[in-house]
Amino acid sequence: MLSNIGIGFLILVLILSFLTIYNASLDLKISNQLIKKSIYKLSLFQTTFTILSFFTLIIGFINSDFSLINVYENSHTTKPFFYKIAGTWGNHEGSLLLWVNILVIFSYLFLVFNYNHDKKYRLYTLIFQNILILGFLFFLLLNSNPFNSIYPIPPEGLGLNPILQDPALAIHPPLLYVGFVGCSIYFSAAIASLLSGYGGKLFVQSIKSWVKISWCFQTLGIVVGSIWAYYELGWGGFWFWDPVENASLLPWFAITALMHSLIVLEKRNTLYAWVIILCLLTFILSVTGTFLVRSGILNSVHTFASDPSRGIYILLFLSFMIFLALTVFFKKYKKENYNFNLKSKETFILANNWFMAFFLITVLIGMLYPIFLDVLINVKISVGPPFYNIVIIPLVIPFMILMAIGPKFGWIKSKNKIFLKVLFFILGAGVINLSIFYFFGRYSLLSNLIFIAAVFLILHSLLDFKNFIINKNKLELPRIISHLGFGLLVFFIGINHQFSLEEDFNLKVGEVKKTNTYEINFENINIKDGKNYKAIIGNFKLTNLKNNLFQYLSPEIRIYPNPETLTYEAAIKTKISSDLYLTMSNVSRSEYYNIKFQKKPFMIWIWISALIIALGGFVQLTLKKNEN
Amino acid sequence: MKISITKIIIFCFVIFSLSVFWRGLKINKNYDTKNLIGSRISNFKLSEINNNEQYISEKNLKKNKYTLINFFASWCAPCRTEHKYLLNLSNTNKEIKIIGLNYKDKKINANNFLNELGNPYDFVGKDIDGKISILFGIYGIPESILINNELIVIKKIIGPIDKAQFNEILKLIQ
Amino acid sequence: MNLKIFFSVIFFLYLTPLYSNEEKVKLLEIYKNLRCLVCQGQSIADSNSDFAATIKLVVQDQVNEGKTKNEIYTFLISKYGEWIVYQPTFNKSNLLLWILPYFIFIVGGLIIFVIIRKSKHNKVN
Repeated sequence: MLSNIGIGFLILVLILSFLTIYNASLDLKISNQLIKKSIYKLSLFQTTFTILSFFTLIIGFINSDFSLINVYENSHTTKPFFYKIAGTWGNHEGSLLLWVNILVIFSYLFLVFNYNHDKKYRLYTLIFQNILILGFLFFLLLNSNPFNSIYPIPPEGLGLNPILQDPALAIHPPLLYVGFVGCSIYFSAAIASLLSGYGGKLFVQSIKSWVKISWCFQTLGIVVGSIWAYYELGWGGFWFWDPVENASLLPWFAITALMHSLIVLEKRNTLYAWVIILCLLTFILSVTGTFLVRSGILNSVHTFASDPSRGIYILLFLSFMIFLALTVFFKKYKKENYNFNLKSKETFILANNWFMAFFLITVLIGMLYPIFLDVLINVKISVGPPFYNIVIIPLVIPFMILMAIGPKFGWIKSKNKIFLKVLFFILGAGVINLSIFYFFGRYSLLSNLIFIAAVFLILHSLLDFKNFIINKNKLELPRIISHLGFGLLVFFIGINHQFSLEEDFNLKVGEVKKTNTYEINFENINIKDGKNYKAIIGNFKLTNLKNNLFQYLSPEIRIYPNPETLTYEAAIKTKISSDLYLTMSNVSRSEYYNIKFQKKPFMIWIWISALIIALGGFVQLTLKKNEN
Repeated sequence: MKISITKIIIFCFVIFSLSVFWRGLKINKNYDTKNLIGSRISNFKLSEINNNEQYISEKNLKKNKYTLINFFASWCAPCRTEHKYLLNLSNTNKEIKIIGLNYKDKKINANNFLNELGNPYDFVGKDIDGKISILFGIYGIPESILINNELIVIKKIIGPIDKAQFNEILKLIQ
Repeated sequence: MNLKIFFSVIFFLYLTPLYSNEEKVKLLEIYKNLRCLVCQGQSIADSNSDFAATIKLVVQDQVNEGKTKNEIYTFLISKYGEWIVYQPTFNKSNLLLWILPYFIFIVGGLIIFVIIRKSKHNKVN
């Protein structure tokens, strides 16, 4: 029955989408400035039914209604309540339903909140957003329907992967999708802007908040995903340049570039074409990322189970979107005259875009190259962390320096005095850096430069913060916070990378491993029967040889029954100064256990810095009402 | 719409990329070590499982017209299903010699395994820690490699030998 | 004057000796650069699989024999194909991969340069 209700709601949404497009197209021709009330109503109903369909699926999961194939495949009666709900979006079909929800909700909210903007522009946005909605709805109903039913009804579900039963992972998809899918609205708005000729400052004001919202949530989503990977996946890393991670990073670069360019478009009414390109590109990148990850064309640690028919459909939809964007853009493109002074804020924002484009293209090339090579010359290569690190890291250095000095410049042009201040700060940063490394005596030239640039950015941001407290110029605060966060992030990642200790060795129960700095004593093993798994717990005493302080860490090997899976739970001791990280896995047909031990300095500060970056964005959203 | 060279290039590039994606969906994504085919095996010394003094190396294998090197273990279930094909090859075919490499196993278990199912191998070597398997480009068991008298790899079989692969081997060694 | 101080500081940094825990770092670095072939996107360092354990032993042996990183990679590539290393090798087919990002970066820089040039030109007029 739930199946019919769910599908019923979706069909209603489908019909309403068609009606919306039809009515909006008609209303375009009417030259008054008010959108017909009926269109608002259609949109409201559409939103209501979409949300109801999502609730229907959630209810299916809560009740463990296995007549729905989706619930059967992804849930289990013994799953804890919270994770039953989270299971709704933790699978392909459910997550697509969430996509549709966000598409529809944003469509409605954009319509309503932009009441004081041009009518044609708003109608076109509504039309194209609904075209996107239709595309996803057809995909959902024809290929990936969460409400497909099964008969006879199985008595028990197949369960969800135990690795996915984690709070961070439960909220990670919704956070990320608000970013990923939220950018659809300014894709549609960009096309609408081209078609209706509504550009410049007013256009920026209509999409500004949406860009910021999607940026904030995308940032948060990525950070939470990293935190989850660190605590749950058991390898002590937080970023692996894995296709799924890269897929979330591509739109992030585009949105960041867009956010900065919007400032220029609003202030100086230039870079319109580039802003439009970025708006179109962001959602295209989202869908490209989705394609790469869900079609099975790439190999990844955390893919959904893949199915080639999905790939075909998403590729068709992606092609449609790209051609639509290209056609409209080329048709309406007008050449702009640029007026950029070298020593002006606009130029530095241009530089930001330049670097963002570089990072974006590098990650994109890294992801796509193996596919192209495989298809064209039948050679399989891997492109992994070493590639991305080698190519990207050197350029982060000038990037951070530009981040520090760029905001100092005024619009249009600035005086030379600023350069001297800049030099003084490079000096200060250099001296601090030199002294840090004089005492530790261990580094490489590249990380040295990273540290100098990061400290430079941090010092500048702190100085700006001091100025903010004095002159209370609220407009600067979000930028100060986010740039500071970025400097801190690079700084702590650098320290973490340089000063991490890692050991990989095999031990039997009762044995001791001694390194230069730690003694690891494998004391004993407990076996525990948990609620839905059996655990083999290793008890280790770690003694810091420098100060003879010790602590106990207990990593686990967990055996889940449905489906039978082994997971390795790391034992992590998080402190302000560092994390101690221990994982244990059994070596087959042997009494030995493979132990991985890591000491990671300032790990928690990496998360804090990343959250500070997101915080800047949220602060800016709250500022909206106060600013002019 | 003014047709400019930039627009044409961009359109072509997009069409090209989408076509690559399309093809990419169709091709086989599974990893295999086909690159091993055509390469030469060298630098190995395989100790006999029951006798440390006895071993074979390159020159022994060069004497055979064809050699099938089969990685197996007593604890490996699929190894049992392919065993009959190995026995068939060893009994009925003089063109090919079969070497068994016992992978990460205990001597006594391996011997029991062979006593139970029959011994198709002209030589049984041991690979206690698995390091020898790496020399042969193995990543799981069972896996088998067919080489000729110049020690060039002419076929690699991943997983247990089934009827189809068995017939292919027969064809290759005619 | 400031500029001189600045550059002398940089010069100083170049002189300070660099050293690190060469041997151990090398092993882990190699593990991280190798793909676990039986896993879905994990490195040998991160994987708990049987295959990973074996590869680690082989790499340890070769490091103890004094082989360089590249020799070890070449050896493993000859057995398992280029897919096993995460850092793409510098050969003909991978040339585009390494060059394209920087090429685009330079192109981007040129575009900005041209824009600023044109702006100066416009202003003069």
